[in-house]
Amino acid sequence: MASTQPKLQPKPGVAFLGMPAFTEAAHIALGDDQLRRNLGRATHTIRDKRKRVVGELDDWQDLRTAAAAIKDRTLADLDRHLEQFEAAATAAGATVHWAADADEAVRISLEIVRAHRATDVIKVKSMATQEVGLNEAFAEQGIRAWETDLAELIVQLGGDTPSHFLVPAIHRNREEIRQIFIDEMGSVGRPAPDDLTDEPRRLAEAARLHLREKFLDTSIGFSGANFAIAETGTLVVLESEGNGRMCLTLPDVLVSMVGIEKLLPTFSDLEVLMQVLPRSSTAERMNPYTTMWTGVTEGDGPQEMHVILLDNGRTRALADNTGRQALRCIRCSACLNVCPVYERVGGHAYGSVYPGPIGAILNPLLHGVSDEHDAALPYASSLCGACFEACPVKIDIPSVLIEQRAEVVEERAESGRPNAESLAMRVAAWTFADHRRLERAQKLAGKTGPVARHVRRLPGLLGGWTASRDLPPIPQESFHEWWRRTRGEQR
Amino acid sequence: MSRDAAPRDRIIGPMGNKEQVLAAVRGAIKDVAAPEIPRGYTRDLGLDRAALIDLFATRVDDYRAEVHVIDRAEVGRVIGNVLADRRVRSVVVPDDLDPGWLTTVTSQVVRDSADLSARDLDQIEGVITGSAVGIALTGTIVLDGGRIQGRRAISLVPDTHLCVVEADAIVGTVPEAIARLDATRPLTWISGPSATSDIELDRVEGVHGPRNLVVLVVTGP
Repeated sequence: MASTQPKLQPKPGVAFLGMPAFTEAAHIALGDDQLRRNLGRATHTIRDKRKRVVGELDDWQDLRTAAAAIKDRTLADLDRHLEQFEAAATAAGATVHWAADADEAVRISLEIVRAHRATDVIKVKSMATQEVGLNEAFAEQGIRAWETDLAELIVQLGGDTPSHFLVPAIHRNREEIRQIFIDEMGSVGRPAPDDLTDEPRRLAEAARLHLREKFLDTSIGFSGANFAIAETGTLVVLESEGNGRMCLTLPDVLVSMVGIEKLLPTFSDLEVLMQVLPRSSTAERMNPYTTMWTGVTEGDGPQEMHVILLDNGRTRALADNTGRQALRCIRCSACLNVCPVYERVGGHAYGSVYPGPIGAILNPLLHGVSDEHDAALPYASSLCGACFEACPVKIDIPSVLIEQRAEVVEERAESGRPNAESLAMRVAAWTFADHRRLERAQKLAGKTGPVARHVRRLPGLLGGWTASRDLPPIPQESFHEWWRRTRGEQR
Repeated sequence: MSRDAAPRDRIIGPMGNKEQVLAAVRGAIKDVAAPEIPRGYTRDLGLDRAALIDLFATRVDDYRAEVHVIDRAEVGRVIGNVLADRRVRSVVVPDDLDPGWLTTVTSQVVRDSADLSARDLDQIEGVITGSAVGIALTGTIVLDGGRIQGRRAISLVPDTHLCVVEADAIVGTVPEAIARLDATRPLTWISGPSATSDIELDRVEGVHGPRNLVVLVVTGP
């Protein structure tokens, strides 16, 4: 019965604190039938659609190559591009702030909201604000941040956290969504209609009516940005529902929190990114709406505009020669949709706002691998390479994972924590160093072999290895023994 | 909730630690060289005007928007018919809209002005605008706040958007569109009506943006 199974439902605020590390979380998620059904259906649907729209373009590989080079070029001169962006945006009437870490980004955001004596802000989905825990920090100060993407609304009203970049409520089915709307909408605004059914059209309508009030009444909007153009100071937000346009157009004040890696050198670079992003993410030729704006336009949209440029670990990733390429990521989620591991365990198991293959490399790059969460992530992969192939900016995720596994091992060695593998390797090295020791060991193994054939699980720390594998049968006679008995005698 | 006009206690100047972030960036990339960008991708489709219009209309239609390819002389009549068929009782129009487009319109017409609030727009059922560029390959319309387009709010809040696209403004590809656009203008790219796939991946047209998009491609001199 699905309802009695343990589920992974991290709560917002404590974000992913208290979540088990990937290995354990994956086991819990694998037992959640509902989640696996939703995920399987969703990832396969998007995967097939994506294949079709990508297949339409003969120049897809050229676009990928160009997109990767554009992002590399951005990163190689990032300091210059950031200053150029700041100057252009400032000249266009925006105020540009710099946040070295999450705390600083939150402080700056709070300062802006307080200066306007606002109690409510509306938000269009933004990974950066999720990463810094903006909503939770606002809540502590009595400021209510309203998420306006349909899925984010479902997640927020349901009191849990997103599990996918693009379909954040992928873990909820329509009946659950209906119940959440009926139970929760009324206490925070316009209630759901009494006769609400679980038809998607009716659910979307309920969200439209509920959020329309917020769009019309709230004077401060928060967003992220998919791209920031250094040359012109322009910000770009891609979306589907129109809630982005609402948040970017109707408020008096707009605050956009932008990771420093979101820059593109020139406006014309969008000719590549505006092709690869929609096809890779929602698997459409183009997403329904994109807004591009530069500072303040008199008589059109917010008349006060802030940009918060966010580091928060990005320069740490930037300094990593292999890992730097992860900063090319345009958050399309193609790698999630093709990943056999993500498909089975879902987003929550990764314990971060960045799940899936990209999350598995990005989190350790942003924070290091000293924490057990981050240290487990490089292993959340079978290294099948599907993510690399799907990535529109050609991030070689498997290579970065291998590099990070090495880092985890080094980190463990430095911290002096022994593990079963390193103990086993030390014993093996000692045994192999002398052929007499090796022969003695083989003889012993051959004799215990028939017994070992019945061993299904190794004890203790080695149990993890045998949990998914059978022990190979050990031959009764070693090669050395056989040689002595046959060819050796013939001489 | 009642809306006050974002009172402000003080001017908010730049905050945070720019030098710290820039120093960290510089330290991280000191030995990194910028690669050349190979731009071997397609820039134009090599189609003539008629084929571009065809492709554009097909691709817009794929998004389940309504498309009409019409002669310039028909614009006024078709606008009137579309609004009547859809029972749109009121429309907002940019103040520079050609009055000739409204000759057969029986809906209440509101010319946009600065004192029309978002709440006022929410009471209006439709909007008529022009556009800056059309992209055939992706079925995309771009508005840039220029001629006959008005401010962004008018093409956002009402539920039916009737958008006129000049045949000459249709290009084949995204690179061609970018080359025609001015980044410093507020740009809105529209590809079909508002949509979501957030509920079990069923596509639902219409969440917050206009749920109905009607595109008139106008040909002829």
